[in-house]
Amino acid sequence: MTTVFGVPLPAILGQLMLGLVNGSFYALLSLGLAVIFGLLGVVNFAHGAFYMLGAFAAYIGLQAFGVNYWWALLLAPLAVGLLGIIIERLFLRHLYSIDPLYGLLLTFGMAWIAEGIMRGIYGASGKSYPVPHALQGGFNLGFMVLPIYRAWVVLASVTVCGVTWALIERTRLGAMLRAATENARLVQSFGINVPVLVTMTYGAGVALAALAGVLAAPVVQVSPLMGSSLVIVVFAVVVIGGMGSILGSIVSGLVLGLVEGLTKVVYPEASNIVVFVIMALVLIWRPSGLFGRE
Amino acid sequence: MLKSATALCALCLSALSAAYAAGDQVVIGDIDDMSGVYADVGGVNAVESINMAIADFGGTVLGKKIVLLSADHQNKPDIGASKFREWADQSGVNMVLGGSNTGVSIAMSKVAAAKKVPFIAIGAGGSSLTGADCTPYTIHYVYDTTALGNGTAGAIVKEGGKTWFFVTADYAFGTQLQDAASKVVLANGGKVLGAVRAPLGTTDYSSFLLQAQASGAQVLGLANAGTDFENSLKAADEFGITKTMKPAALLVFITDIHALTLQTAQGLYLTTGWYWDLNDETRAFAKRFFAKTSKEPTMDQAGYYSSTTQYLKAVKAVNSTDPDLVMAELKKTKINDMFAKNGYVRADGLMVHTMYVMKVKTPAESKYPWDYYKLVRTVPGEEADGTQPDPACVMPKK
Repeated sequence: MTTVFGVPLPAILGQLMLGLVNGSFYALLSLGLAVIFGLLGVVNFAHGAFYMLGAFAAYIGLQAFGVNYWWALLLAPLAVGLLGIIIERLFLRHLYSIDPLYGLLLTFGMAWIAEGIMRGIYGASGKSYPVPHALQGGFNLGFMVLPIYRAWVVLASVTVCGVTWALIERTRLGAMLRAATENARLVQSFGINVPVLVTMTYGAGVALAALAGVLAAPVVQVSPLMGSSLVIVVFAVVVIGGMGSILGSIVSGLVLGLVEGLTKVVYPEASNIVVFVIMALVLIWRPSGLFGRE
Repeated sequence: MLKSATALCALCLSALSAAYAAGDQVVIGDIDDMSGVYADVGGVNAVESINMAIADFGGTVLGKKIVLLSADHQNKPDIGASKFREWADQSGVNMVLGGSNTGVSIAMSKVAAAKKVPFIAIGAGGSSLTGADCTPYTIHYVYDTTALGNGTAGAIVKEGGKTWFFVTADYAFGTQLQDAASKVVLANGGKVLGAVRAPLGTTDYSSFLLQAQASGAQVLGLANAGTDFENSLKAADEFGITKTMKPAALLVFITDIHALTLQTAQGLYLTTGWYWDLNDETRAFAKRFFAKTSKEPTMDQAGYYSSTTQYLKAVKAVNSTDPDLVMAELKKTKINDMFAKNGYVRADGLMVHTMYVMKVKTPAESKYPWDYYKLVRTVPGEEADGTQPDPACVMPKK
């Protein structure tokens, strides 16, 4: 059998494949964080909680209203995004003019509240969400069986990331958004309603997190704690990519997924810290991140 | 000046009354995971169990009011230990229960020994609690890693599952559980082909499972618990690994099966110290518990009720809360209640009692809500945990 550094090649290929799947989640989550930070300057610590709420929205939709997976992909992000918009209108917008730390503390507190409420209702072990019928089964790749659902996650995530990137970097709406973050008063003087733009951006970033939650629901146990374990890694991904860099968050999300996958073969115990080691190294050599502007 | 003197006096008065109160009541403390991965196993519903036991005693023992304190250790040994110390120093706690999470329980047992406060470990699995980490004031009540390994691994090896690969939670509990199961596998002529240690709280187990599959082993030993166990079994199912390997769950609670659903968990072998649907007595307790919590009790939650009751009985029998007298009484009295029949606390502190090897029912076999297990084998306490105290346990000389 062919080996690389003493590890069989099929094992490495398998882990790379799985790394790509995890990287897709990282990319989708860090994308939302990067959009919110890049355009609003808010460090959204509630991102993991919105991800969790997205998964629960899908679960509740299915159990209580018979909403199937495909509708959940659309409705759960809308519902959670709306919640994000309400939070932005009621609380966050009062904090834009002061230190970003306050936004961080507010969203951090909200994440705890959301987690506590869901734990009170659903308990810590969480709930199971079935894999949709059309996506059950797997492809035999020779070196591993890739569940169809995981392949779908990669496809969906890469598509959404690509569309979001194009929307911000290549359209007139995106240009307005970017201009508004550079100089809000100037853009407002052109007759563009900047506060609405900002609110919608936050809602969209939150909806991306909820979408990731719906995509994750059939893969992991839908539990109140599912977001808090992920959000820290995702923050590291954003820092590595460069705070606020859209492309940086997508690329580093996917690449770090792969690195983590390889670590799980070589030295599994380190798999939950490898991202942070890389973050530390990146901060030493390029404090603004791999794709960040100095 | 007068003001501050008054304030000072008020302060000393309140301090006096606190000290007086501590002597006038029996204080039971519960330090448990109230919010993390093990919160469903014990958690706030275990507080309910303790309250049921206290209520059954009429709320008093030796004419003193029974008071219950509870705290969340957040799975952090330092928090568990400092809470225990605080209660021992300031609240006059007479007995502490809980400590789900072996790491936390080990830290708490050190405080128990230093402060001479009986500690009944429930929810933690690590058998070192009554081995290398034993103390004269620790009792390990519901199950330990040795019994779990003997029960599940013993049953599966005897059915022909000879080659094993472990996915292990990377901390004291996981490694002790893997060791216990490995011993049984090897003793029965089986082989351990490999093991991988996954960090606690891992959500994606697919990488580890792929390694397990590549090993070619017949049995997938899951040496983890709670959400970790749920996520690993779910991924094994998704990747079709349960078709080629037989999953062996080394620690499963009924709440895990409830969360996973029978569709995913069916056919799984597991070992439990108690099951709500064993007999009329267990069902009667479960019914009372369900009325308060809308859930069937886990083995831990039943253990909380049973151990609180046994402690209060011992206090009554020796007519004192003196820790040494109570511990001596607990170690010499047989335990006969809805939790255990002829259970006893061994010299090293382990409560030896019957364990049950169960197989999870298929959705078709399950006739009513929470009807999840069928009994495969009843394992007598001595077979599960051995007849002799753990030689690694060295008690300090008095």
